[in-house]
Amino acid sequence: MAEQATTHATTVPDPVAAPGTAPLAPAAEPVPMFRLTGVEKVYTQKNRTVHALRSVDLTIPAGQLVAIQGSTGGGKSTLLQMLGALDRPTAGTVMLAGQETSRLGDRDLARIRARDIGFVFQHYNLIPTLTAQENVEMGLAPLGVAAGERASRAAAALASVGLEDRASHLPGELSGGQQQRVAIARALAKRPKVLLADEPTGNLDEATRDDIVGLLEGLWRAGLTIIMVTHDSAVARRAQRRLRINAGRVTEAA
Amino acid sequence: MFARYLRRELSGRRKQTAIIATAMALAIGLVIIVNSLSAGVRNAQAGALESVYGVGTDVTVTATPSPPAEGERGPRFEFGAGDGSDTGDGTTAVSQSRLATGRGSATFDAAAVGTVTAQDGVEAASGVLSLTNMTFDGELPQAGGTAGTGTAASGAEEGQAASSRAGGSFDVNSFTVMGVDGNAGSVGPLASATLQDGRTLQASDAGTYTAVLDSAYATTEELAVGDAITIADQEFEVAGIVAGSGSDAETASNAYIPLDVAQELSGSAGLVSTVYVRAASSDRISTLKDVLEAALPENTVNTQEDLASSVSGSLSTASGLVSSLGTWLSAAVLAVAFLLAILLTISGVSRRTREFGTLKAIGWRNGSIVRQVAGESLVQSLIGGAAGLLVGLAGILLVNAFSPTLTASARAQAAGPAGGPGGLAQRAGAAADVVLHAPLTPAVMLIAVGAAVAGGLLAGVLGGWRAARLRPAAALRSVA
Repeated sequence: MAEQATTHATTVPDPVAAPGTAPLAPAAEPVPMFRLTGVEKVYTQKNRTVHALRSVDLTIPAGQLVAIQGSTGGGKSTLLQMLGALDRPTAGTVMLAGQETSRLGDRDLARIRARDIGFVFQHYNLIPTLTAQENVEMGLAPLGVAAGERASRAAAALASVGLEDRASHLPGELSGGQQQRVAIARALAKRPKVLLADEPTGNLDEATRDDIVGLLEGLWRAGLTIIMVTHDSAVARRAQRRLRINAGRVTEAA
Repeated sequence: MFARYLRRELSGRRKQTAIIATAMALAIGLVIIVNSLSAGVRNAQAGALESVYGVGTDVTVTATPSPPAEGERGPRFEFGAGDGSDTGDGTTAVSQSRLATGRGSATFDAAAVGTVTAQDGVEAASGVLSLTNMTFDGELPQAGGTAGTGTAASGAEEGQAASSRAGGSFDVNSFTVMGVDGNAGSVGPLASATLQDGRTLQASDAGTYTAVLDSAYATTEELAVGDAITIADQEFEVAGIVAGSGSDAETASNAYIPLDVAQELSGSAGLVSTVYVRAASSDRISTLKDVLEAALPENTVNTQEDLASSVSGSLSTASGLVSSLGTWLSAAVLAVAFLLAILLTISGVSRRTREFGTLKAIGWRNGSIVRQVAGESLVQSLIGGAAGLLVGLAGILLVNAFSPTLTASARAQAAGPAGGPGGLAQRAGAAADVVLHAPLTPAVMLIAVGAAVAGGLLAGVLGGWRAARLRPAAALRSVA
């Protein structure tokens, strides 16, 4: 990766502009993609309290490719859920592109997820009864995009991940790598502000993994903010910035 | 997207769709058949009642039956020493015909007809007097020149009895006679009768010895228009022959004579046994019943619905089966189908937890997910409803193809309380073979569609509600 991640304090915005984005004016304080302040997440299960996130202060500027690593149960997925407006923190604030999401209702959170956030999952999470084209269109349905435009945007998204010839295939007829590409196309079709990927290469062989990481790198170079959780150090090393989360606490990785 | 997703999900989950649709089809088919049979039985009951009470009779007013008074006996024939003629062999030939109300039969003041007519909601009313004519005909032994008294009781099932005593022999014949108002027009026992020959009774027949006979009775007695029939020792001219509504149906009585003549000959001047009432509006019958009960507190007021209980025979058995077993069976099957649809839908939602979590993650709102689940469930149920309609139609066609014949007999309320003179009370009714037709009505089809929609929506809303309650973060963690 040409631009490697620069270690910096979690509360300080990354001074390195993401590739593909316009250079920032020296004195300007850009609005970060994410700003988390004092975020705590506590789960209570059967009289047992689990602190999934503890006092997380984190700023992620727009255009970064961030990898989050950590041990199982350390809070990686919880952090990703906070970033992705899938859950609300027990305490603290989460700001997405200047808008606080931690106090929003379900309806507003759904709107933000529909409009601003693309998700990619380890198990692809495609709907097995729908074709690749239809799966991609599902991401556009909540935006109220007209059928014609929905079809053309889905086709373009599939083409951008090299699957234009697999549009009519069901997920079961595609390889793991192809399914993950469809999932990425579904996330991209809505033109999100940020792409959140939870172990995007966790189910893939090495060659396919490199393919997918290459695809994500290409998107990052095109200006997309990408945050991915990964166990794979080889993948994490290719990120611009690496974070480590352990027992709910986030630190910059060396 | 909604329709395409729905179509793909249903075709992709054929087994679940087939199970829900099949259960729903069986349940709805059964509901249709039971409803149709129920309507058929109701029609048959109405037909049987019409032969007794006449078309257009909505309500009848009768005297409240009371048990026979102590010492009260059936009609008696008393012969004095001078009655009859000597046969020359030690016996006296006697013949006597009497017209009377049966033992325990209740009559009441004919002024009730006026009271009924004066009530709001009454379009027409007519009073009738139900009687039995008994003829004693035979020879009695002479008892040393002393006046003897012969008594014949009316106990034979067929209305005819034969007996002998010390060299004497006699027959007792009986038939039912109904005094009807020639002005009654379209309400009353003759309203539903079909005129087979001659003419029916008219207002101008009042005070005359004119009779109209039931077709079956006329055939048995070999009587025709223009012949004479003896009633209460009086010769009546047969003016017409009438039959019940069905080909085999008897009418309410063997003979019909003018009401005033019947009252006079039976010694029941100013009395009637039943008032037939037609309501001005069919949806006000229960109100009218209340009004009449208030106006005539001493009498019993029955609607057609009440009278349906007087229909007996295999039709009554069929009615009982349909209303009890059929209704409960269809309700139970429908409940099972609904339960199955709900459980399978909820189970489907559980299996698709991660799918719904994914949809939430990509921005689908709860409402959209509920709509999707409810839509799938509704379509599954509608498929079942359509199949159920076909099953129901097939069942109805089968019933109509076999056209089971049921016997129905309706006993007129005025014939007297149960336990009255054996046989005579039965004769005051009408018996008919009724072919059971199961009609297919829009209401039956609406029930099918309504049940399918209700089942689908219920299952869908419950399943959708369960899907909507899923927290996206938790749903995504699901390994299902």
